[in-house]
Amino acid sequence: MKAASDIQQSGLTSRRKFLSGSAAAACGVALFGLGGCMAKDESGVILRPPGASEEFLGACIRCGQCVRACPYNTLKLVGLFGQGGTGSPYFEPRQVSCEMCEDLPCIKACPTGALDPQLTDVNKAKMGLAVLVDQETCLNYLGLRCGVCYRACPSIDKAITLDARHNQRSGKHTLFLPKIHSEHCTGCGKCEKSCVLEASAIKVLPRSLAKGELGHHYRLGWEEKEKKGSSLIPEALDLPDRMPEFTPPSFEEVKP
Amino acid sequence: MKLSRRAFIKANAIAVTAAAAGMSLPKAEALANEEDLDIRWDKAPCRFCGTGCSVLIGTKDGRVVATQGDPDAPVNRGLNCIKGYFLSKIMYGKDRLKTPMLRKRNGKYDKEGEFTPVSWDEAFDTMAEKFKEAIKKKGPESVGMFGSGQWTVFEGYAASKLFKGGFRSNNLDPNARHCMASAVAGFIRTFGSDEPMGCYDDLEHADGFVLWGSNMAEMHPILWSRLTDRRLTASHVKVAVLSTFENRGYELADLTLTFKPQTDLYILNYIANYIIQNNAVNEDFVAKHTTFKQGNTDIGYGLRPTDPREQKAKNAKSAGGSKDITFAEYKKFVSQFTLEKTAKETGVPEENLLELAKMYADPKRKIVSYWTMGFNQHTRGTWANNLVYNIHLLTGKISEPGNGPFSLTGQPSACGTAREVGTFAHRLPADLVVKKEAHRDFTEKIWKLPKGTIPGKVGYHAVLQNRMLKDGKLNAYWVMCNNNMQAGPNFNEEAYPGYRNPDNFIVVTDPYPTVTAMAADLMLPTAMWVEKEGAYGNAERRSQFWRQQVNAPGEAKSDLWQLVEFSKRFKVEEVWPADLIAQKPEYKGKTLYDILYANGQVNKFPTQKISDGAGNTYDNNEMEDFGFYLQKGIYEEYRLFGLHGPKKGHELGEFDDYHKSRGLRWPVVDGKETLWRYREGYDPHVAKGSGVQFYGNKDNRARIYALPYEPPAESPDKEFDLWLCTGRVLEHWHTGSMTQRVPELYRAVPHAVLFMNPEDAKARGLRRGMSAKISSRRGEITATIETRGRNRMPKGQVFLPFFDARRLANKLILDATCPISKETDFKKCAAKVERA
Repeated sequence: MKAASDIQQSGLTSRRKFLSGSAAAACGVALFGLGGCMAKDESGVILRPPGASEEFLGACIRCGQCVRACPYNTLKLVGLFGQGGTGSPYFEPRQVSCEMCEDLPCIKACPTGALDPQLTDVNKAKMGLAVLVDQETCLNYLGLRCGVCYRACPSIDKAITLDARHNQRSGKHTLFLPKIHSEHCTGCGKCEKSCVLEASAIKVLPRSLAKGELGHHYRLGWEEKEKKGSSLIPEALDLPDRMPEFTPPSFEEVKP
Repeated sequence: MKLSRRAFIKANAIAVTAAAAGMSLPKAEALANEEDLDIRWDKAPCRFCGTGCSVLIGTKDGRVVATQGDPDAPVNRGLNCIKGYFLSKIMYGKDRLKTPMLRKRNGKYDKEGEFTPVSWDEAFDTMAEKFKEAIKKKGPESVGMFGSGQWTVFEGYAASKLFKGGFRSNNLDPNARHCMASAVAGFIRTFGSDEPMGCYDDLEHADGFVLWGSNMAEMHPILWSRLTDRRLTASHVKVAVLSTFENRGYELADLTLTFKPQTDLYILNYIANYIIQNNAVNEDFVAKHTTFKQGNTDIGYGLRPTDPREQKAKNAKSAGGSKDITFAEYKKFVSQFTLEKTAKETGVPEENLLELAKMYADPKRKIVSYWTMGFNQHTRGTWANNLVYNIHLLTGKISEPGNGPFSLTGQPSACGTAREVGTFAHRLPADLVVKKEAHRDFTEKIWKLPKGTIPGKVGYHAVLQNRMLKDGKLNAYWVMCNNNMQAGPNFNEEAYPGYRNPDNFIVVTDPYPTVTAMAADLMLPTAMWVEKEGAYGNAERRSQFWRQQVNAPGEAKSDLWQLVEFSKRFKVEEVWPADLIAQKPEYKGKTLYDILYANGQVNKFPTQKISDGAGNTYDNNEMEDFGFYLQKGIYEEYRLFGLHGPKKGHELGEFDDYHKSRGLRWPVVDGKETLWRYREGYDPHVAKGSGVQFYGNKDNRARIYALPYEPPAESPDKEFDLWLCTGRVLEHWHTGSMTQRVPELYRAVPHAVLFMNPEDAKARGLRRGMSAKISSRRGEITATIETRGRNRMPKGQVFLPFFDARRLANKLILDATCPISKETDFKKCAAKVERA
C-alpha cells in the first residue's frame, strides 16, 4: 500500500516546500531581526494578530513571541524598512490565513498585553473585516456556483451568508451573493485565501477602512420591529378598501 | 468569437489612453480580446457530475486555453459550478501519464518490479498473454473489468462487447455500482424500466421539493441554483431536506428532518401510512396503474457468505424476491408506521414528520422527490427507492410536469453509459439483462454472434470483483476510468490484497497516476474528455455529443482505442470453444477485432472530414488509427437496441443530430424528445385513452412494495462509538484525481477534514484544528478535526470526505451492500475518534 499512498499530487510537493521555506524565513527574521521579509501588501494595509488594539504598536516590544507561538506560521514579523513597524507581527491572509486557535497561543505568548489577554474567545477577535471588493469578478455575482469563500468561512452562515437573488439573465437560476456580517467576521482571512480567482475578489481590510457607519439619527424599521417582535407603535387602524363584488383570486391564493 | 471593428478600436483606444496616463491595464484584460480572435469554440458537456451542464471549449494551437458556460444550453444557461469553471485545467496536470508503464525487473515483467516505460506493443503483448493464460487455465470467469460512469457511450459499448461478446465474461461492472445501482434496481423493480420519468423542467413546475439524502447544494450545484430560483420566485413553494446531518441544503430548507442513520425507512413508510389514513390516496390512479407486492425480508448485507450476518439472514439468497398482495394487505402492513413510533425511532420531532407527510398528501401540491447517495448507498437502498415510488404512486404524483420521483446521478454518464449501454455485470444495452435468454438472443443477433456466446450467469459486481481477486478466482483484471482503490470500500482488506495477489495481473488505464494505478502491474495512459470524440448521457435522459478538440499528450490513447486495439490480440480460437465457432465457421481464424468491430456494422462508415457548421475541422484519432468512423459505427449498432429491442421506449436519435444539438432526451421518436415518460401525450409509447402506462412491466402497471425497516449491517457500539459517513465536497470531484491537480481548487480545499460535533470532540480531549485518529475495524487514518464549517454534525456522527489521496477515507468503510443492488453503504459504519 505504501507505494500507492505515497503518491504526490502534481504541484503539491513544490507548494509544500515553498510554504515550509517561507516559514523558515519568517523564523529567521524572528530570531535575528534581519531584513528581507517585508509586509508588502500593495494596499499598504497591515493585519495584526487577534487582540491587537489600535494602539498596538505602542505596546508591542517586537519580541516575536507571538510569531513563535503561532502553530500555523500565519504570523510574520515586519522586516527591516518594512511598512508598519519593523519587527512587529502581521499576517497576509492570501498567503497563510489565521486558523482561529481556540486557545489563542499568540495572545498567551505576548508578554506586554499588546495582544489583549482579555480576549479569550477567538470568535470575538477583530483582526480585520472581510470585504467583497470586486463584484465584477466574484463568480457568485456572475451566477456561477462557487461560494468557496462562504464554505471556507469558519463562521459560515454567521460571518458570511449567501443572499439568494433571481438570475434575470438565465431566467431560472439563482445568484448567491456573499454578504459579510461585521458582527461575526473575525478577519481570519480564510475567505481571501481560498478565493479561486487569480486575484482574490474578497479581501480582509482593517476594520477602520472596511466599515461604513450608518447615521446615528436613523433606525432600520424592519430590524427594530423584529427586535421588538411587533410594531413599535400600537396597532393602527386600517379601514377596508372598497372593491367590486367579485375579485379574481390572486395566483398565490389559487396555489396551495 | 470575432472582435468587431468598433470594439477593436475601442479596446485599443483605451490601451493608448492608459499608456498616455502612465497606467498599465491588468494584463489579462488588455490581451483578452486579441487572444480571443483566433480561439476556436465548440461545445461539450462538462466532465464532472450527472447534471450535464454544457460548455464551450476554446482551443488554440492544439491546447484548450479557455472555456465558458454555454449561454444557450437549456440545463445551465452559461453557468458552471466551481469545478466546471476550471475545466480547462484538468487535462494539464504535470504528472499526466504519457507512456505505458509496466512493473519490470531485469528487463522483464515482474509483479514486484518497478514501473518502467514500455511501448504499447510490449504493454498489450504482456497483457494479452496474461488474459489468455487466465482464460486457458480457468475459463472466461477469470477475466474481468471495472469500468465507469465517466466512460463515453462508445467506450462503454466497446467494453461490453469485448467482455460479454468477445471474452464471454460478464465480469464487467462500472463504478456506477457504488453510485446509483440502488436507483437502477428500484426503477426496474417498480417500473420494469430504468431511469427517471421526469426531467429538469420539473424544477420550474413543482410546488414542493423533498430531498432525501441528497446534498444537492454541493453535489448538483447548478440544479440547486434552479431549485433555489423556483423557491425564490414562487412564494408558495416549499423545500424539505432530510439528512443524517446538517448539510448545505439546510440553507434553503423550509422544513428539515435530521434522522438517525437508516431510519429513513420508517419515514417513507409513515408517509404512505399517513396518505392512506387521511384519505389522500388517488384511488383511481392506484386502481388503474398499480399492483401491490410484499418483498422478502431479512435479506442480509451482501457481505461474504462466511460472515455471521449473512449466515443468519433467512433470505440472503433471494433478496429480491416478492409475492403479490392486495391493497388491503398493504394498508395493514404500513399501519404499523404510526407518527409516534416513527418519531421515536428516527429522532425527528412529530410536527416535522407531520408537515412532510402533509406536503405529499396535499392533492394540490405538485412534488418532486430528489435523492442521491443517502438512498442509494444504503444496505436497504433498493427498498428506499421502492418506498419513495410508493408515495408518488399512492398519490398519483408522477410522470407529469412538476410531479415525480427523480434520482440524481453523480457521474456525467452514469445514465448514458453505465445504465443505457448496460455495462453492469447483469445488463445488456437498452434495459436488457444477461439472465433472460430472449435478451441474450437478441443481443447476439445484433452483434452477429453465435447463439450461446453471451453467458447467462450474472458476472461479478464491483465489491465481488475485489473479493474474487483476493481469493484468486479473478486473475486478469482491467480497471479503466475510475479510482476504485480510493473510492471503493474496505480496500485494505478486500481490494489491495487482490491487486497485489501474485496470481493476478492488474491493468489500470487512467490519465494520472492515481492510488489505483500505483497499485497495478501495468498503467496505461489515456486521452481524457475532449481529447477524444465522445457522448455522455445525463440524469434527465439527455444524450450529449462532442467532437475531439485536442490531442492527448505523449503516447496516451483513448479508452476506446485501447479496448478496440486490444481485441486484435485475440484469435477467436484462443477464447471461444470449438462448438461455438462451429456455428459460425466464417469466424475461424479471425480475431475478436474482426468479429466485434470490423463486423460490417461498426466499420460501416468510412473516414470522413469532421467539421462543424462554421467550417472548423477537427481530428478524430480513432478514425485515423482504425480507418473508419468508429464512434459512428458503434453508435449506429448500439441504436438498433433501442429501435428494435424487446424493451420499448429506448429510441435514440440520429448520430449527426446529436453533434448539432445541445443534447436530446430519449426516447427520441418522430424527431421529438420525450420530457415525461409513461404519460399519454408526453410519451409516444402510451396508448391513446389510457392516461398512464408503466409499459416497462407487461401489465403496464407499477408495483407498490410493502417493505419494512431493517437495521444496518454495523452500528456504533462501546468500542467504535460513532457513526461514520463519507462523501464529497463541492470543490472536488470524487477522488480528486482531476480537481486536486487544479491549483486553485487545491488551495480552496487542500485536505479532507473530519467534521465532528464540538461536544463529541471535547469528550475525547479534542478540539477544532487538532489532528485525530479515526479508526474502524478495517483501518485507521488521521485528519484534522473540524467542528465548524459547512457540515454540522449531530452528536454521535462524523463525516469525512474521500477526495484526499493522503487520507483514504473509504478504507474505513465496511463492504456491506444492499443485497439487491449490490451497492455499498458508504453512509454508515461504526468508527472511533481519538487523539492522534
